[in-house]
Amino acid sequence: MTRIILRRLLVAVPTLILVSMLVFTLQKLLPGDPVLTMAGEERDPAVLEYLREKYRLNDPVPMQYLAWMGQVVQGDFGVSLRTDAPVTELIAQKLPVTIQLAAMAMVFALLIGIPAGIIAAVRKGTAVDYGANILALSGLSIPNFWLGIMLILLVSVEWRLLPASGYVPPSQDLWLSLKTMLMPAFVLGNALAATLMRHTRSAMLGVLRSDYIRTARAKGLLGPAVVLKHAFRNALVPIVTLVTLLFGELLAGAVLTEQVFTIPGFGKLIVDAVFNRDYAVVQGVVLCTAIGFIAMNLLADTLYILINPRLRHPS
Amino acid sequence: MRARPVLALLAGLLLSGTAYGQTTLRIGLNEDPDVLDPHRARTFVGRIVFASLCDKLLDIDEKLAFVPKLATSWAWSDDNLTLTFKLRDGITFQDGDPIDAAAVKVNLDRARTLPDSLRKSELASVAEVVVVDPKTVALKLSKPDATLLAQLSDRAGMMLSPKAFAAGDFGQKPVCSGPYSFVERVQNDRIVLQKYPGYWDAAAYKIDRVVFQPIPDTTVRLANLRAGDLDMLERLAPSDVPSVKDDPNLVFAPVTGIGYQGITINTGNGDRAKGPLGQDKRVRQALELAVDREVINQVAGAGIYPPAQQPFPKASPYYSDKFPVRARDVEKAKQLLKEAGQEHPSFELVYGTGTLAQQIAELTQAMAAEAGFDIKLRATEFAAMQKEAQQGNFDAMQIGWSGRVDPDGNIHAFVTCKGNLNDGKYCNPKVDELLNAARRTTDQAKRKDLYDQAQAILEDELPIIYTYYQPWPFVLSKKVKGFTAYPDGMIRLKGMSIEG
Repeated sequence: MTRIILRRLLVAVPTLILVSMLVFTLQKLLPGDPVLTMAGEERDPAVLEYLREKYRLNDPVPMQYLAWMGQVVQGDFGVSLRTDAPVTELIAQKLPVTIQLAAMAMVFALLIGIPAGIIAAVRKGTAVDYGANILALSGLSIPNFWLGIMLILLVSVEWRLLPASGYVPPSQDLWLSLKTMLMPAFVLGNALAATLMRHTRSAMLGVLRSDYIRTARAKGLLGPAVVLKHAFRNALVPIVTLVTLLFGELLAGAVLTEQVFTIPGFGKLIVDAVFNRDYAVVQGVVLCTAIGFIAMNLLADTLYILINPRLRHPS
Repeated sequence: MRARPVLALLAGLLLSGTAYGQTTLRIGLNEDPDVLDPHRARTFVGRIVFASLCDKLLDIDEKLAFVPKLATSWAWSDDNLTLTFKLRDGITFQDGDPIDAAAVKVNLDRARTLPDSLRKSELASVAEVVVVDPKTVALKLSKPDATLLAQLSDRAGMMLSPKAFAAGDFGQKPVCSGPYSFVERVQNDRIVLQKYPGYWDAAAYKIDRVVFQPIPDTTVRLANLRAGDLDMLERLAPSDVPSVKDDPNLVFAPVTGIGYQGITINTGNGDRAKGPLGQDKRVRQALELAVDREVINQVAGAGIYPPAQQPFPKASPYYSDKFPVRARDVEKAKQLLKEAGQEHPSFELVYGTGTLAQQIAELTQAMAAEAGFDIKLRATEFAAMQKEAQQGNFDAMQIGWSGRVDPDGNIHAFVTCKGNLNDGKYCNPKVDELLNAARRTTDQAKRKDLYDQAQAILEDELPIIYTYYQPWPFVLSKKVKGFTAYPDGMIRLKGMSIEG
């Protein structure tokens, strides 16, 4: 098992290098000029030239890339062109926010999606199944930003139950932190729950039709035991893949949700950075996200092996 | 039942964050400010934070007249080549060091020489800063510069602690001279300032703590104010104006700003200047006559976007009665197009993405169509648009200017042949001559006459068609008292308080 993980880690290195090259070159293709954006309304030509020199923007792109990579391997992602803040510090500041949002959204998604999927599979073709399907479909088709704004207007402005937006670190005030994050996590989790429900349902349907389930029932096991202990465990493999990949996606930042609820996470950071052509920040965040995604992939592979003992001894 | 006291205690704990006698003002901003170093900063929104963080030598009042701040008085020499400031007694930086003439010199020199200083061009006329005595500082100029006082009433005249900028990370930990000192910043989330007890006018500031929260979505920003999570906000969307006016818990405080929005026409920047719009002033005059600015104000601007004919706002002493807003006249526009031999001129209008900009572009397109124009619209993301503007990749561009206190800042760089912001590369030596002359005299009447003469040419040749004056619509919770909206769009906390 260690060998499998090590092999995966080795494969990750070229992936990361490829990602870093793509990010670096693709954003140079963006129209616009970071220096023009930085030099402000007045655009003093002398300042423009100085900034180009300072950030090596006059160098050929491959040289710029190598200089940047040289710093990155030493753990230095540079500083934000816009605010002077070191990119590593920004990542350290935003990552916990994004992880908290992703984790809370995932809790919502799991709590809603998996039970709904199981029930829909067991009661296939009944009103319960159709009801769950309709709910899932609406969960998928309601846009996040619309649901978010509606919830803010209803829960915060009308009922004054939860803070409208923003972020409070749990270290400062755990209860307020959870309260503030509740709505965005629900909005984000809602769409994920729909995806999860659909996948759980189809995975469960496949398993429930198999012979060993019929055998289990035939030997007199009770319904819930068959469903949860025998069927669900086997249906878990595709669900685990999905959950870990969805989580990896969440780490890239839920751009719309973060924008609506003004959560200072990765999504907002990267959107602002792109609009301001803040190259250093975009590069740092994307690279960091890629690492997160690869880590989640690795976790998915490891979890498979834990769930499915047959994979432990590859022949 | 037994849970009640515990719940009450918990509720008390939750509420205690905001109470305890400290008054906190939470202000919703339209975007996140850039670097918090007045010499290197570039955004309008950053200036809102600086207004509380960093004092300047002088300030402006609601009528754009100069008033004392760190300097109590100033005087020009007879040849207009020396500007002398007398400093206030007992003024200190937020680290306790005194603000004396030597500190002012170090600051102005930094603003003039720092390689990435964005204040260099603003202070270009300053040849030397001389410490006369600890309370007197003199600026020696290489040429007369009437715009200098206005520059010093903004970021170029802000005083930063020399100790703090010598440390090298000023943008991260600013130490300044204003009524509020820096506490912390979480990018994209908040900037927190705390009252500086050693401030020379501290008694006039009743608010203890200020939290600036960037919330770019206008609907969400307003929802936060309504939910009580903000105390005031800047830049309300025009579509929300009616509902704010109807809300008894909110106070609507709009002010007409010193900036404008308009259509810049490419008259000389590359191949795209070669169309009828760029080459024939009659086509531009027809375009202006085809557009009804009041319709734009009412339909897109909720009535708070006053029509503009000239770059100077009504609040400015340089606003000229000679150029009232031209009313729409479709027949005359058609006539002009006929004379130009271009009855159906076609061009592309570029505008920055955004609901309001799009609405205005569409209104312009529809109104101009009635006079025979065929306008194609193209929305472009702002950073890309800046680049295209510079490269001349446009026929006409809908773009604005946040405005400067001195009239020079609203006109010179845009229409002089070598102006940094002259994207359409309009060039008329006579205009250059008049606008340069207006820089050399400090006499208001003489300057106004020069600007009037320049405007007479510009209003005929129309390199820029001004559309409206940029308003700064503030909204406050009714608990907030003592706020005055200034035309520069800044928030001055002096005299403001929160009740209840």
